[in-house]
Amino acid sequence: MCGPSKASQMTETPIFDEMWGNDGQLRAPYGRFQNWLESEDPKRLRAKQREADDLFRLSGITFNVYGRSEAEERLIPFDIIPRIISAREWQRLSRGIEQRVRAINAFLFDIYNGQEIIKAGRLPREMIAQNEAFLPHMLGLRPPGGVYTHIVGIDLVRTGPDQFYVLEDNARTPSGVSYMLENRETMLQMFPELFARNAVQPVQTYPMDLLHSLAACAPESTHSQPTVAVLTPGIYNSAYFEHAFLADQMGVELVEGHDLQVVDGRVAMRTTAGYKPIDVLYRRVDDDFLDPLNFNPESQLGVPGIMDVYRAGGITIANAPGTGIADDKAIYSYMPEIVEFYTGERPLLENVPTWRCSEPQALAYVLEHLAELVVKEVHGSGGYGMLIGPAASRKELAAFRAKLKARPANYIAQPTLCLSTVPIFARSGLAPRHVDLRPFVLVSPAGIKITPGGLTRVALKKGSLVVNSSQGGGTKDTWVLED
Amino acid sequence: MLGKTANGLFWMYRYLERAENTSRLIETGQRIALTRLGASDDQWRSVLQTAACEQGYDAQYEAVTKDAAIDWMLRAGDNPSSVLTMVGAARQNARMVRTALTHEVWEAMNGTYMRLRQMLARKVAERDLPAVLGEIRQGAALVRGATHGTMLRNDIYNFARLGTFLERADNTARILDVKYYVLLPSLMHVGSSIDNVQWETILRSVSARGGFRMEYGPDAGPRDIAKFLVLDRRMPRSLAFCTRKLRENLGYLGTSHGARLPAHGMVNHIETTYLSHGIEAVFEYGLHEFIQKQLALLAGLGRQIEIDYRFFE
Repeated sequence: MCGPSKASQMTETPIFDEMWGNDGQLRAPYGRFQNWLESEDPKRLRAKQREADDLFRLSGITFNVYGRSEAEERLIPFDIIPRIISAREWQRLSRGIEQRVRAINAFLFDIYNGQEIIKAGRLPREMIAQNEAFLPHMLGLRPPGGVYTHIVGIDLVRTGPDQFYVLEDNARTPSGVSYMLENRETMLQMFPELFARNAVQPVQTYPMDLLHSLAACAPESTHSQPTVAVLTPGIYNSAYFEHAFLADQMGVELVEGHDLQVVDGRVAMRTTAGYKPIDVLYRRVDDDFLDPLNFNPESQLGVPGIMDVYRAGGITIANAPGTGIADDKAIYSYMPEIVEFYTGERPLLENVPTWRCSEPQALAYVLEHLAELVVKEVHGSGGYGMLIGPAASRKELAAFRAKLKARPANYIAQPTLCLSTVPIFARSGLAPRHVDLRPFVLVSPAGIKITPGGLTRVALKKGSLVVNSSQGGGTKDTWVLED
Repeated sequence: MLGKTANGLFWMYRYLERAENTSRLIETGQRIALTRLGASDDQWRSVLQTAACEQGYDAQYEAVTKDAAIDWMLRAGDNPSSVLTMVGAARQNARMVRTALTHEVWEAMNGTYMRLRQMLARKVAERDLPAVLGEIRQGAALVRGATHGTMLRNDIYNFARLGTFLERADNTARILDVKYYVLLPSLMHVGSSIDNVQWETILRSVSARGGFRMEYGPDAGPRDIAKFLVLDRRMPRSLAFCTRKLRENLGYLGTSHGARLPAHGMVNHIETTYLSHGIEAVFEYGLHEFIQKQLALLAGLGRQIEIDYRFFE
């Protein structure tokens, strides 16, 4: 799908492979790995690949597929070839990520307290006022520690040795961190010798970092060790494994809405010895379902009255409600301005050029160049409802053109980026496949912490650019080497 | 710990125990069908009764046949007490309480489920039956062993044990409930021995034929079998043994929660009123009436534990 295109200069470059570069020369971070790989019997590796699948299945590292029968649990395919990032590359990236996450939190604080950025004319008022992700309940509310996004996932893509772009920010409830951790566990178990040869920065501190980070955001009224809990929509949720995994690793309770109740002005969980108050709730339930009294009255997943406790400072909700305004795809196009406005610095990480279809000129351009562009729903996620122009049939293009005309403000468009590839271990041997990267970022008053690496998602189908697990993508272990 | 988690643990271990017991009942039925001349399909009716899945079976089938009975108890999706349904339910509860289990326990449970799901995907051929039944019991033993070897002795463990022993006591009582008449003195054959097919059924159903013979000798009779299954505290499936375990585990919970709750009174009542006298007293009460009473008391105790420890809102 990569190749020459009139839409953008960026896609005219050849595909950049992170192992073999543009010219087939082995890149430095992969040196020791390649030595090892050459000495390995492909048969043994194939057996290891199967072993990995068995390990994942036995551990129950599965996800439930929406709309399928309850019993269906699927593995996210795991590929044994790691994605390797040098210390220098990572330093650069992590500085950019930290800057962006700082800006996102400052932006959220401003949007719900004063809206200076609008007053300064840097962001059109309707971007907020008419945005479904904007939560009026949060106006004037200051979350404990001033933190809105306790956990952020920044999706990055690469197109060349030094070209990284932020594809999207995940400021609501980013998922996938359990795969980052289990991928590393699996690699450690299967190829211990690799870690003896390569100094790989550890990721296993994430659960404790998360716990400390959440505890540091407890309400001021918390005196003793804060009680933290993870709120899951339940066992049938697609990410249930991850919710259980994180609660388990942190050693905290995994609760559902029906375990919780507001008791004496606190959110409390029903234990075998009565109701026990919670200080910090890491919720993996969407805003809309969080509180049937304040939001969707039909919700069975939330806690009636939790927003009132929150407003009174009785609990920390992580991430704060209303953070969706920062990762909305229409807001995304303003991120360079947002970073500059709040940090006073030039953005270190680039945005993908974006056409907002709400603007007539942009819409006209998009309609004309539809076959070259990627079009996304402003509120969509998981790779659903998007169009990849170069891969679409005429019929699909025509259908999407009609949708665009009917609700232009619902869409943004971007050039088809030529994502970098990393080899996967295919039946025929190594084969390049497109990847992206989701580093995980923790925010607390004590600072911003980024786990080295993150989750590498890989499109297993040859040539495909869609890496989402719901669309047949897989994952890889991601190594950041020590200096 | 969460009331929901206590509930999940309790039922995970109950279902697991029940799956194991059902497999033992099938094994007993199969053994007798193969070794006794003149054993007919009729005897599968009493196996279905003991496994408490006779009603569902009758709604599905016209007559009792060996093949249909085994399939019903082993893998029927419509049978809430089939081994496959039970193991699936145990594993679903394990997923729900994943944070309360060690990695070893979870993997033992999940691995058992995965193997059984595969083995029970199709109707089991007679020659494969021993392997399948063995897998069920080994799987249950693996989960129990991992539980014993890796779990902290805290509330989590106590709720797991409550589920195990409540189900086991219930199961032993049900075996006696279906077979009580063969243990009654009035039906005792002159010169009968342990070789009586009915007695063997009972002892095999609780995996205790050898143990019984060792402890009670070759001339032991039905009265001894009743004593063994009701009152013998060395026998890990007897009512007295299970009830004592229930009392102990409830006692630990009482200590950790700092509260004596109605369930504590109930278990003490069962133990002192019904299980602290000789077997003569049981027969005097009426063996059948006694067993019926135990079943009712156990069900009541289960409900009270759910209330006392806030399994639900």
